[in-house]
Amino acid sequence: MKHISFIAIGILFGITMTKSEAVSWFRIQEMFRFQSFHMYGIIGVAVVLGALLHFVLKSRNSKSIYGEDLDFSPKSKTYMASIFGGTFFGLGWAMTGACPGPLYVLLGNGIWVIGVVILSAIFGAFVYGLMKSKLPH
Amino acid sequence: MNIMDTISGPWHWSFSGVMIVIVMWLLIISGKKFGVSSSFRTICAIGGAGKVVKYFDYNWKSHNWLLLFILGAILGGWISNSIIPNPHPIELSGTTLSALADLGISTDISNSLVPLDLFSFDQLFTLKGFILFIIGGFLIGFGTRWAGGCTSGHAISGLSNLQLPSLVAVIGFFIGGLTMTHFLLPVILNL
Repeated sequence: MKHISFIAIGILFGITMTKSEAVSWFRIQEMFRFQSFHMYGIIGVAVVLGALLHFVLKSRNSKSIYGEDLDFSPKSKTYMASIFGGTFFGLGWAMTGACPGPLYVLLGNGIWVIGVVILSAIFGAFVYGLMKSKLPH
Repeated sequence: MNIMDTISGPWHWSFSGVMIVIVMWLLIISGKKFGVSSSFRTICAIGGAGKVVKYFDYNWKSHNWLLLFILGAILGGWISNSIIPNPHPIELSGTTLSALADLGISTDISNSLVPLDLFSFDQLFTLKGFILFIIGGFLIGFGTRWAGGCTSGHAISGLSNLQLPSLVAVIGFFIGGLTMTHFLLPVILNL
């Protein structure tokens, strides 16, 4: 049941990403050219409403549906990693028009060459693991 | 209004944003965090990378749920495309369309999420395709793991949890994205 629920949430995510057109290479180009409000609207609503969601769940001290504590663990305060890693990712995002979630969704949409991008991304993560101790964090 | 027309899209940005928060809410109350890029680390770990590199030597089984989520995301993409296809072309800004036309991108966007003449296996074996897909993919995997998150983990989950490192990462996303879009991509697309 637990397994099926994660697949179901993923399906909802895949449909949302496709129907919102957030997986579109064209929409990402439009976003980085500041020529439409569309992507900023999606992310803006998600962040503001998401902040409210975090606030409510934290203040009510909610538990998960399985009775565990909720995971609000902070992001590690490695600001050099955030800025440099973020910039590397941003370059790749604007090239392929896809961030990691949309990569998988685009594959489902039948854009098969994206499979190669996913394999490259996995390789990129592997190389990061190899070089981690030598990079600023 | 026909319900199927509404579902098949395109969805308004405000409704899309709400749906993303519902996805995040479902993951949080399942005891998880919304973040897709850690899947690249998990896949490396499953492949045995933990034997050679310490970064991948962790309890990846605790991330099995993420692989199920990704399987769902692929299925969701397939359902969106095959069962409830969007009958309407993307209403892209005319300014963007003419800028892309100047770069030689086909502006026939009637039925695709990506420029199909670019996103093909024929292009993969050209210098342009190699840079866009192989280098582009590498930067996504390397960059998101270095930054500790991507659009879902930093821009949406992190920012809405008021995480300063996430704000810094999002600034990085835009430094990279703007540099690529305005300075590098015009060169790459002309290769």
